[in-house]
Amino acid sequence: MATLKSIKKRITSVKNTRQITKAMKMVSAAKLRRAQENVVAARPYARKLAEVLEKLADNQQTDSHPLLAQRDIEKVLLIVVTSDRGLCGGFNANLCKAAERFVKENRDQYSEINIMTIGRKGNEFLKNRQKVVKSYANIFGTLNYQTAALLAQEVIQGYLAEEYDKVYILFNAFKSVMTQEITLEQLLPVAPPEQAEETPTQYIYEPSQGALLDELLPKNIEVQMFRALLESLASEHGARMTAMDSASKNASEMIGKLTLIYNRARQAAITKELMEIISGAESIKG
Amino acid sequence: MAEKLKVELVTPYKKVLSEEVDEITATGTLGEFGVLPGHAPFLTSLKIGELSYKKEGGIFNLAVNWGYFEVENDTVTVLVETAERADEIDLERAKAALGRAEEALKKLTPEDKQYRVYEAALERALIRVQVAGKAVRR
Repeated sequence: MATLKSIKKRITSVKNTRQITKAMKMVSAAKLRRAQENVVAARPYARKLAEVLEKLADNQQTDSHPLLAQRDIEKVLLIVVTSDRGLCGGFNANLCKAAERFVKENRDQYSEINIMTIGRKGNEFLKNRQKVVKSYANIFGTLNYQTAALLAQEVIQGYLAEEYDKVYILFNAFKSVMTQEITLEQLLPVAPPEQAEETPTQYIYEPSQGALLDELLPKNIEVQMFRALLESLASEHGARMTAMDSASKNASEMIGKLTLIYNRARQAAITKELMEIISGAESIKG
Repeated sequence: MAEKLKVELVTPYKKVLSEEVDEITATGTLGEFGVLPGHAPFLTSLKIGELSYKKEGGIFNLAVNWGYFEVENDTVTVLVETAERADEIDLERAKAALGRAEEALKKLTPEDKQYRVYEAALERALIRVQVAGKAVRR
């Protein structure tokens, strides 16, 4: 039987833990709201850009641009977006497992699969198991469009230099606070937009259709990258909030159980002492 | 004519405008242009520059930074990286940025990698100051 003192100590320690998890939950909830707003705000831009791109790529030979051209796929780059910090349930682990599964499934198909990680956790998990060529960390604290654009440009340059022939991005898409969906998207080559059935409107292009496409395609990659990062960030906070919420609940439950044990032990001690006193008194009497 | 242009201006951070306007002017890669209702389908890229629109007699100005401009069926879609309304611009900060960019440019030669970065910063700052000035006058 544990002593009273040791039970009391455990209760205090669990209480402290609960305090921390509660605080983390609050912080995540606040951050989640902002991240969620950002995701929603970025959506119209991404949608409009896709629309413009669609119109532009219409009646245009799709092989004419290096970012559109389908070449033989030898080397593949997989971008894995995870968080920098842990304590968010299965958020990172699930994504890393999905990345490993992807590598396993496609190993025969391509000669090389390289991985680029964004976020510290992904790098820690994958660096000893897979071929991680590049990794970035600590970009989520100050996530803005410029960061995403720089990342995208680097990916595009690598692609144009034929370091890899296909680029995928794997991230947690934000569905709701409770659920994230692991999503795999192809970044490069740009999947040719579906051709519209009706005859496209004849546009006046300034400077020219080709020149516009030249600028717009990289832009689209940047936006996709930005969106993936935003979604991942929102998912991370959602996952952490849920994880911390259940951690707090578990802590409360544990405190309840421990308090019960403590009280029982206390009661037993009191009974024992009483019995000793009474039996002592009896013996004097007799 | 009662017809109006429907304008939507979006940046990666938010939807800045969604309004009906009478006329819109912007700076394209090939120069400034204006669009009135009934314009033919048109698609162009924008430079760092000024975008202004007329609505109910008033003229509104925005400083925009690099993007696209599309007209179709009297609907104008503008996609830009940043857009600031004239009254949102902090003139002091814009002027400070202008000064910084000028200083930095003096030290560099056009061959430097950084040169273009600061040149763009200078352009942005100039436009911001210009647009902000208009807000005060109005």
